[in-house]
Amino acid sequence: MVENRPFLTVLSHLVVLLGVAIIAFPVWMTFVASTHSQQTMLQSPIPLLPGPYLFENYKQVLTEGYGRVGSTAVTMTLTNSLIMALGVALGKIAISIISAFAIVYFRFPGRMYIFWAIFVTLMLPVEVRIVPTYGVVANLGMLDSYGGLIIPLIASATATFLFRQFFLSVPDELTEAARVDGASPMRFFWDILLPMSRTSIAAMFVIQFIYGWNQYLWPLLITTKESYYTVVMTVSRQANVVDSVPAWNLLMAMAMLAMLPPVLVVVFMQRQFVRGLVETEK
Amino acid sequence: MEKRVTFHERWLPYLLVAPQMIITLVFFFWPSGQAIYQSVLIEDAFGGNSKFVFLDNFIHLFNDDSYFASVRLTVVFSFLVATIGLAVSLLLAVMADRVIRGATAYKAFLVWPYAVAPAVAGVLWGFLFNPSVGIVAWMLQGIGIEFNYVTNGNQALTLVIIAAVWNQISYNFLFFLAGLQSIPKSLIEAAAIDGAGPGRRFWDIIFPLLSPTGFFLLVINIIYSFFGTFGVVDALTKGGPGQATNILVYKVYNDGFRGQDLGGSSAQSVILMIVVIALTFVQFRFIERRVHY
Repeated sequence: MVENRPFLTVLSHLVVLLGVAIIAFPVWMTFVASTHSQQTMLQSPIPLLPGPYLFENYKQVLTEGYGRVGSTAVTMTLTNSLIMALGVALGKIAISIISAFAIVYFRFPGRMYIFWAIFVTLMLPVEVRIVPTYGVVANLGMLDSYGGLIIPLIASATATFLFRQFFLSVPDELTEAARVDGASPMRFFWDILLPMSRTSIAAMFVIQFIYGWNQYLWPLLITTKESYYTVVMTVSRQANVVDSVPAWNLLMAMAMLAMLPPVLVVVFMQRQFVRGLVETEK
Repeated sequence: MEKRVTFHERWLPYLLVAPQMIITLVFFFWPSGQAIYQSVLIEDAFGGNSKFVFLDNFIHLFNDDSYFASVRLTVVFSFLVATIGLAVSLLLAVMADRVIRGATAYKAFLVWPYAVAPAVAGVLWGFLFNPSVGIVAWMLQGIGIEFNYVTNGNQALTLVIIAAVWNQISYNFLFFLAGLQSIPKSLIEAAAIDGAGPGRRFWDIIFPLLSPTGFFLLVINIIYSFFGTFGVVDALTKGGPGQATNILVYKVYNDGFRGQDLGGSSAQSVILMIVVIALTFVQFRFIERRVHY
């Protein structure tokens, strides 16, 4: 602090506190709604403080689902989301770390074409080319499968660039030493490069886990069987069922469960998360 | 930048890039090519037959009032999402940067909305403003404002903007805070010694030094509001009421999957691709400049 201005310090605290309160308010209300009975949630104004039905509501959505005909238990949709998020995160890291390794540590014909081919994928988010991508996945018979949920999303330039950037900063002496000692390229990769990349991998994992977990349009399109539904799409789908008043208490319990895993990842891996965000934009 | 020391292997590098290249070719280049190809075709409504129509789909699009309504809407929408989002997060970042005690705690409380899926964010805000049980809608009614985003187009748009900004605030906040913390303290101290007050210091020193971060975030936020807000719109309004929240990326999906107008939807995809490529180009030009900053 440059100088002591008590008034300004108090004002700063107030503004930030107010900001935190407004930002947290929707989630607080979601939590409150998930702890009341359905009757309470039908009358306006709804309560602002938690009620006594916490366990009943969460138990019901986790084991039986939302309670309508054809609704899936949230344990199943949570499992699907977890499979998808882990698949996307680990898949992306695996394919991009080896291709970054090839691009940085080898000279081979066509290297620059490959680099540019990866670079352009940076530009087009899946939402833009959604219709034809759906067509390709349908042609390959990958609708309603974990492969269809995961594989089209794992080609990513951001991860490749992050690892490329990191490899370029690794001292050449290490490579030379490894070569003098007669280590093969893959030996160098496994024993030296991979252990050194731990922090980059962790940062990438946090970002990509959230990306995979929060996918919405993609699972919405390619899944028709309930056994492949993810939790995020179920929440939104149930909120928008036409001609019926949602059971807000159960719906909001589901929303809480859909938010919890990625939020916990961000809160507990905050350092890696911030690092990942900042580094992928370099 | 290139490595001085490299390995010499003939086939290994190709093997290593193969997985990524195969996925990129199959799920990226092939569909993108198809989008361009379909954008010059008209498909028979009863399937199968398609006819080459050259640029008809584009001409049709450019003569379509509802397309231009959607373009205008998207421009207004992304302008508002970007400016409101940047202003609010800059305010929070500047204030959080000032306080010493509790700064880490505040940061922890401000980063997590990033982890909430846009679709879930839409459901949350829809609940707060729900015409029958929403607590905020109820409070607004108390002060004489009828809030019903299901029927009122402007209110629907307002709500989508609020939810979209909320979802993006943590991202902006983190970058602004990092930018603020990288400003040398000696500059601020020197200005203070010369008698500049906090307001003056902000506008004359901090704000100009933050402008590269601000410009970078502006591009990111425009890209986000163009494409990242799909989930928010779908969960809240589905483009309605009427066309009030039917932004371009939602229209591509709506026309392609609901309207079954493959040619028109692909033409829109192609236009959007050009927009993203242009935005990405701007972003990279800027980043290159920042390196020499």
